[in-house]
Amino acid sequence: MPAKRLLIYKHKLKSHQVFNYYCRLALLSILGAKVHSILTMLTIALGIAACTITLTLVNSMSSNPIAHKSGQLFRVQLDNWDPNQAAISPDLPPELVTWTDARNVVQARQAKRQSASAITWGMVNPAEQGLTPFLALMRVTSKDFFPMFDVPFLYGAGWDENAEQNNDYVVVLSKETNQRVFHGANSVGQTLTMLGATFTVVGVLNDWHLSPKFYDMSYGAFSDPEEMYLPLELKAVFELPHGGITSCWKAVESERYDAFMHSECTNFQLWVELDNPQQKSQFADYLTQYVQQQKSLGRFPRPLNNRLLNVAQWLEYKQVVKQDVQIMFWLSIMFLLVCLINAASLLSAKLHTKHSEIGLRRALGANFSQILMQYSLEVVFIGLCGGVIGIILALVGLQGVASLYAGYGRLIELDIPIALGVILLAVMGTIIAGLVPVYTACRPVLATQLKQ
Amino acid sequence: MLVMKNIGKVFTTDVVQTHALREFNLNVSEGDFVAVTGTSGSGKTTFLNVAGLLETFDSGQYTLDGENIQGLNDKQRSQLRNEKIGFIFQSFNLIPDLNLFDNVDVPLRYRGFNAAERKSRIIQNLERVGLGKRIKHYPAQLSGGQQQRVAIARALAGTPRFLLADEPTGNLDSDMANSVMTLLQEINQSGTTIIMVTHDQALAKQAQRQIIVRDGKVCDASETAAHIQTQAEITPSV
Repeated sequence: MPAKRLLIYKHKLKSHQVFNYYCRLALLSILGAKVHSILTMLTIALGIAACTITLTLVNSMSSNPIAHKSGQLFRVQLDNWDPNQAAISPDLPPELVTWTDARNVVQARQAKRQSASAITWGMVNPAEQGLTPFLALMRVTSKDFFPMFDVPFLYGAGWDENAEQNNDYVVVLSKETNQRVFHGANSVGQTLTMLGATFTVVGVLNDWHLSPKFYDMSYGAFSDPEEMYLPLELKAVFELPHGGITSCWKAVESERYDAFMHSECTNFQLWVELDNPQQKSQFADYLTQYVQQQKSLGRFPRPLNNRLLNVAQWLEYKQVVKQDVQIMFWLSIMFLLVCLINAASLLSAKLHTKHSEIGLRRALGANFSQILMQYSLEVVFIGLCGGVIGIILALVGLQGVASLYAGYGRLIELDIPIALGVILLAVMGTIIAGLVPVYTACRPVLATQLKQ
Repeated sequence: MLVMKNIGKVFTTDVVQTHALREFNLNVSEGDFVAVTGTSGSGKTTFLNVAGLLETFDSGQYTLDGENIQGLNDKQRSQLRNEKIGFIFQSFNLIPDLNLFDNVDVPLRYRGFNAAERKSRIIQNLERVGLGKRIKHYPAQLSGGQQQRVAIARALAGTPRFLLADEPTGNLDSDMANSVMTLLQEINQSGTTIIMVTHDQALAKQAQRQIIVRDGKVCDASETAAHIQTQAEITPSV
């Protein structure tokens, strides 16, 4: 056994020495043709950078931010639209629901959780905190909004059912707003003057930036979250403005706020949480009954056309990743391929100058696989260096994109697995692309090579 | 030691077949210094390439140091080349990016010697050719004669049984050529078998034995046959 171990050790040592030798030769070869090597690396790097930037953007845009319960959260669409014209061609219901339907469905509590919400805004006057008034973007919503969407809290929690039923003046602040008003301290229980009333802070969110912001893409799929969250009913109480998208198919009877709220204008995002297909089926039945009931009251003139889309279906329906971005993605892959082919050409040209050396090494005792290994290592080094430069270029490029498109700032962070994946792809691509010239160069026509 | 019997080598293109070697017979004994001469295109370089396992042959039988070459794969041929044959080329064929030490190191690396063994052999052989103090120099810093000496040191470093030299003085002036020739004779006297292809009759005459190749054959068949006969008498078991 010791003799066998010694043999294995010697073999390992020899392999290690051979590997070191090839590495040294690869480095010498790279340094011996600096301009050529740098050009090849840059060619690969450009392909990697373009691919990484596009892939990062596409991945950020198209990822499902709540994948773990994507199949349990459903967007509710009810067709209260014009009998003569569908809300969305050819025959789709509106994406939003009316105030009436939002309240009715939420109050019916037929799902495990349900939340109606809308964007609005209002003045905040934190005089007690010694700050000047500011206009804040707000979301009016139901208490279930927070647990449904796994909203993380830094302090406190959402409001409870009592607060909702009693129209208590309670507010949940975003982390940024809490920082702005309360300097990041635990503000739960503190009061805040806003909308001309005194609100009590019940919760402060932790960092929460869904990308895409699937629950409400009125201001874009990658817009910032709201600064404050209030109970849904307070929208009517304070007659808060209608933010986001408002669509009407018939005129509102008067200019009074109340008239709008009871009109057929849609402005509310309606989501429900259903744990299993049975719950979904039961809820769908409830919606059917609800619409039938509303029809008997003279509403919903169109044929029954309710829709329940889960998050994945909703993102697909909304085409969060626009087709041109997808085209850009494929173009970047093509660009990477072109770069790799160019790199292969450059490697081929370089190896052409090495024919004599390859022939000499073969004559001096190197076999085909040893030569192949030696030059493959050089290709791997070039691919890796190209990969590293590519990632640096990608970081710079992503910063450039971030500065050009301020709203997309959060998206533009290098995704390490993607970056590593692209490097791997590039190195493998370089090896595959490089192996052809390496293989060709190593094929033995020794006597001819030696004469060159 | 090196026995070729009826070796044939044909180069084929789309339009023409060239018989570079035909019924090529040769027997080289251990310690010989054989000069191979012939006109351009006679087949002498092809012979050297076949002898050095740089080319395959199409017919005949070739035995090198008792080992039948036919049927050996690339790895076996490479190993045999590395262990038993040293090459000297007309254009020196040194690797310009490597210094003298690393140039001589090339065949030793493929041989798998450890670092100490390699270093010892490299220094010993560079000193033998008079370049022991220039191991860190690069080929471009040397004269043609010195480069050829490095090539000789490289060929000798692995202690080969055969030294195959293809016009080793072809790129050198007469002084340097004589110097290299003297070195080759010294090497031969120390026991290494040398086969040298040359155009230079004066150099060829300095070898122990001269063969002439014409149209892919050893033209002086009687001399070759006589030599084979002599060898048979000396070593009846062969």
